[in-house]
Amino acid sequence: MNTLVTLPVLLPMLGAGLTVVGSRSATLQRVIGIVVLTTVAVLAAVLLAVADATGPIVIEMGGWAPPVGIALVADRLAALLLLVSTLVTLAVLVYSIDQRIADYGRETPSTTFHPMYLLLCAGVSLAYLTGDLFTLFVAFEVMLASSYVLITRRTNASRIRSGMTYVTVSLTSSLLFLTTVALVYAATGTVNLADLAGRVGELPAGLRTLLGLLVVVVFGIKAAIVPLHFWLPDSYPNAPAPVTALFAGLLTKVGIYALLRTQTLIFPQGQGWTLMLCLAAGTMIIGALGALAQNDLNRLLSFLLVSHIGFMLFGLAVFDIDGIAGTLLYVVHHITVQACLFLVSGLITRRTGTVALDQMGGLAQVSPALAVLFAVPALTLAGLPPTSGFVAKLALLQAGAGAGVATSAVAGVVILSSLLTLYALTRVWVRVFWGEPRPPLPDPDPTDDLVVGYRVDTEADDRGGRFAGRGQHRHRGARRPAVRDHHPRRH
Amino acid sequence: MITLNLSMTLVVGVLYAVGFYLLLQRSLMRVLLGIVVLGHGANLLLQLAGGPPGRAPVVGGAPVAEFTDPLPQALALTAIVITFALTTFLLALGYRSWVLLGHDEVQDDVEDRRIARQDRSTGSMADDDAGVP
Repeated sequence: MNTLVTLPVLLPMLGAGLTVVGSRSATLQRVIGIVVLTTVAVLAAVLLAVADATGPIVIEMGGWAPPVGIALVADRLAALLLLVSTLVTLAVLVYSIDQRIADYGRETPSTTFHPMYLLLCAGVSLAYLTGDLFTLFVAFEVMLASSYVLITRRTNASRIRSGMTYVTVSLTSSLLFLTTVALVYAATGTVNLADLAGRVGELPAGLRTLLGLLVVVVFGIKAAIVPLHFWLPDSYPNAPAPVTALFAGLLTKVGIYALLRTQTLIFPQGQGWTLMLCLAAGTMIIGALGALAQNDLNRLLSFLLVSHIGFMLFGLAVFDIDGIAGTLLYVVHHITVQACLFLVSGLITRRTGTVALDQMGGLAQVSPALAVLFAVPALTLAGLPPTSGFVAKLALLQAGAGAGVATSAVAGVVILSSLLTLYALTRVWVRVFWGEPRPPLPDPDPTDDLVVGYRVDTEADDRGGRFAGRGQHRHRGARRPAVRDHHPRRH
Repeated sequence: MITLNLSMTLVVGVLYAVGFYLLLQRSLMRVLLGIVVLGHGANLLLQLAGGPPGRAPVVGGAPVAEFTDPLPQALALTAIVITFALTTFLLALGYRSWVLLGHDEVQDDVEDRRIARQDRSTGSMADDDAGVP
């Protein structure tokens, strides 16, 4: 039974290796991907059932007992998130396979996509299951390294720009994480989470606060908490729709999970955690206002993603059982809904040939099914009854309202931010689905699997050169003409 | 109470300072070097976290009490491999940037450019050019 816990990590890794070996056959790659993820989903369901019935399932890798060995732990929280994440990754994989068949035909394999996709799943599973701070670091690295490749695949100028931001910011946060691990080890002599829970209590209060804050900064960057969110709306929209959906659904939520795990286990707070309350309120408001300022559908959704990270933080800030339960409910709801919205956005941009909201229109007449597909997750994200968003928000509001004046005030921010979300999505609805239908804009680069270029704001500026970074005025060395790479269609 | 090795602490501090300074530069090459230096700092810190030096932790080589702590060494080894791999990836990305754009400078983000464009429409263009050395 216990060995089952390792399989959600090992199977995707094995699958990744097999898809590299079988990279000549597109069908083989797809079958491997779907079979592996389906198996992991079934395993996660089994783990969840067992963990619910008999308590956490623990395995010590190689028989080495912690703190020397590595322990994998599947408790109800880890198993639940593993199940939801795997179902979403499976759905996104099916979508991306279908999109790829539509674009390139049935026979074109991809040497990088499937292996990296499965490795990313392995990293996510390991992050959920690990019972050890350093293995959490390794899991993050596995996950992020695959995401670096996925976000910079088939590079063009704009993807290089977003890729650089993403990689540099993520690497910096990883090194800060490593620093935190070193400091935690220096202070306590262990990196095992269960051990830490006992030993951190013996530390001086100041040192404990410092370590706790470092952890908040590290996972704050990964989870895109305002003011550490700036990289997210700048990098996610540039990737192809399935990759963006996967990142938006999973990566930030893994950050939230790590924050939840470390803060509840190692650095427990008193009731009403003021710092986190402020961060939650700021994240909700700034994310929602940022979304209102956007004309690019994917950037708008990215800012909404940032905004809704704040909702999860709010439950964590309340820091009682109701609050944490609300956060968990919200994480599960948000993983599915945000991934779904980005996938629908991919479908919309395929139809219109642009991501600019002011160049779309009348899509409800052209394809009513797409309108329904957008309306359902949009209303869920805004939190209208009877959707899961309403249930999750209600749980958060109930937790917040009963926990004091400050939390009640931030509960008001939750409502305000929900309304702003609804307003932003209504604007999308009016601009995209209502009005006169327009003919789709031509695809500027048919070889690129991103249907539309990211050219709402960036390209015009790049051509002008004026604001595209002062670097353009004073770069050193010979300036070569921008070489357009002519990839063959397979990559 | 473990006494701290002052010179090592200073070295770690300097590595972090230099790393973060380089990280804030415009050229991707310097950013890359910054990450390398920062990685060295973090790995050294891990070593330092293991306490004072001792005998090599090989079973039978020395009494267990004289062993140096092997766990941080294992952690640092893993971290070194990861930093090395990601450094090569960043190098490849920098090269790609050079091929595609003709330079390896980190560009302004989109929001910055939009704000700059708004500045321009309100007529504060002079400040923008004055800032260029």
